[in-house]
Amino acid sequence: MSDAELKHISEDYQWGFSDDVEPEVKLKGLTPEVVRTISKLKGEPEWLLEFRLQALETYFAKPWPNWGPDLSELRRQMDDFYYYVKPPARENARSWDEVPEEIRRTYEKLGIPEAEQKVLAGVGAQYDSEMVYHSIKEELDKKGVIFTSIEDGVREHEDLFRRYFSKVVPPTDNKFAALNSALFSGGSFVYVPPGVDVEVPLQAYFRVNTEGFGQFERTLIIVDEGAKVHYIEGCTAPIYTSEALHTGVIEIVVMDGAESRYTTIQNWPVNMYNLVTQRALVGENAYHMWLDGNLGSKVTMKYPSSILKGRGARSEILSIAFAGDGQHLDTGGKLIFNAPDTSGSIVSKSISKGEGRSSYRGLVKVPPKGERARVNVECDALLVNENSKTDTYPYMEIASDSASVGHEATVSRLADDQIFYLTTRGIPEDEAAALIVRGFIEPVAKELPLEFAVELNRLIELEMEGSVG
Amino acid sequence: MTKTLEIRDLWANVGETPILKGVNLTVPRGEVHALMGPNGAGKSTLGKVIAGDPSYEVVKGEVLLDGENILGLEPDERARKGIFLAFQYPVEVPGVTIANFLRLALQARHGKEVPLTEFYGKLQRAIEVLEWDEAYVTRYLNEGFSGGEKKRNEILQLMVLEPKYAILDETDSGLDIDALKIVAKGVNAMRGPEFGALVITHYQRLLNYIVPDVVHVMMDGRVVKTGDKQLALELEERGYDWLKAEVGA
Repeated sequence: MSDAELKHISEDYQWGFSDDVEPEVKLKGLTPEVVRTISKLKGEPEWLLEFRLQALETYFAKPWPNWGPDLSELRRQMDDFYYYVKPPARENARSWDEVPEEIRRTYEKLGIPEAEQKVLAGVGAQYDSEMVYHSIKEELDKKGVIFTSIEDGVREHEDLFRRYFSKVVPPTDNKFAALNSALFSGGSFVYVPPGVDVEVPLQAYFRVNTEGFGQFERTLIIVDEGAKVHYIEGCTAPIYTSEALHTGVIEIVVMDGAESRYTTIQNWPVNMYNLVTQRALVGENAYHMWLDGNLGSKVTMKYPSSILKGRGARSEILSIAFAGDGQHLDTGGKLIFNAPDTSGSIVSKSISKGEGRSSYRGLVKVPPKGERARVNVECDALLVNENSKTDTYPYMEIASDSASVGHEATVSRLADDQIFYLTTRGIPEDEAAALIVRGFIEPVAKELPLEFAVELNRLIELEMEGSVG
Repeated sequence: MTKTLEIRDLWANVGETPILKGVNLTVPRGEVHALMGPNGAGKSTLGKVIAGDPSYEVVKGEVLLDGENILGLEPDERARKGIFLAFQYPVEVPGVTIANFLRLALQARHGKEVPLTEFYGKLQRAIEVLEWDEAYVTRYLNEGFSGGEKKRNEILQLMVLEPKYAILDETDSGLDIDALKIVAKGVNAMRGPEFGALVITHYQRLLNYIVPDVVHVMMDGRVVKTGDKQLALELEERGYDWLKAEVGA
């Protein structure tokens, strides 16, 4: 693409330019030109463009992982993707009628208001979410809290952004972090000033904008000293989209004495590859919780991590994964104890139903400087049917004598006697199975915000229909 | 309408092995019947077959609940029609609170949402009778419960769900005297013209507290003798051998 062509495009499609007719941009293939176009369209500073280009080279240089779920089908498609699309492609669902029946049925069952359903299905424009966003924004502005898109973060808070961006997850971290670093578009930028307690959870959903559900979301959250924030991303309802790859990067900096929580529930379509890098850097006496719910996608590789870099830092990683037919969810977490008197725990609940495969993959690393580290890992798997599969890959590297490390793992089958017991109390078999599954994930699910928990329960009921007997 | 639970010539196997060999027994509502017998007689099996345990195969016979044969129905359907089985070995269901579970079961029983106040009313009354701590209902179903607590929990469920016919499968096994009295208290609180119970027990002792209207004795898969509470006392004193001789079992 020549400079003249580039200039022409950027004049017509400037960021934030509002027009009645939204023209389309679709950039196919993985090339430096595509990266340049993206950066230009967003009006980014030179350093960020350089960063992107460098990341693209890193992506090409890194090999595909030789562990974990099978990515060969994804690999074959890499050249065919549109790596930047504006507005987000919904070719198959321009009208409500074209949204697949199962998706619509799920929305009905989950009791999602029609307007919201339409947004999720990519039909119609953002609606109330913008209004909700604006009403919160006033409150946040008063407290000095920044909650914007990642693009606005670059534009309006460049110094702050630059100071922390890619410090927690550098492009060299892994192949897909590199890909995201080259192509990122959409996501949140959050900054909470010292001592501020953001009482209302910040929801990514509020900021649904023209980027929609980005394939390459990048989120950067900075929680300054003594501050407190809870960020929620995703929703239990299935997102209807034709994109087949979602590679997100979430970086969180939790400074001394601060507390943060990041909750994700994802229910991506079952043809999608969901490869996400999430990492938090936790300071002295600070605390961070990852609450990770994985229900959808064809393949998910996601290991929320916390690096405890300050004395007394603490982190909990709670994860639920529910894999049905055709799904392989490889999830877990990583805890790295880089300072003394730190503590952490991982609780993982995996469910495999039908021919689904749900795996726990976790790392606990205590180097010598992790004196008196206390860590506990509990990974439990539940197999619903005879052909369901589960794997566990718990890695532990302990190099400190004073560390106290515990690990428990259980595998259980949906027991006939439990089902019989519940049915003799009048509860039908499917409901009984759903109840048992909900009981299984309870230690993690009870940390979810209420609306999510309710939706999750209903979703599990749906999933469990017809799965028993 | 006949208000009885009638078991008519019931034959049932586990695998190839016959356990029930022509059981005949009727429990009318308003009465409490005891079912006794030596080990291996098939007492527990009877309870499970009535409840619909899939491990057993019914070969012949009928179980009529108020005149309707329930053998063709799924366990949950039978429960909704008014059968309740208090398990000998109650099952643990981690992560599911007793309160939550009971509310779901009650709703299933009534076929519709039960108002929270109504539910808690029933729960409160039952907890009081059973002299239990309210905190129990927030615990996970049977998880970490002692034997006695599990049995008491079965009776709690009985009292909240208010079935037409309850079968108590050796509810007294493993209980000390105090626990036994509490269980009896719960069952006795249910007594009334709309409630029938079949109390399966190995020992007479429970029957001091839950005084039966009728006593049946099962041997080798059949009911061999029926009498009143005196029969239970006689068995306690003399054992089962004399009865075996009498019926030629």
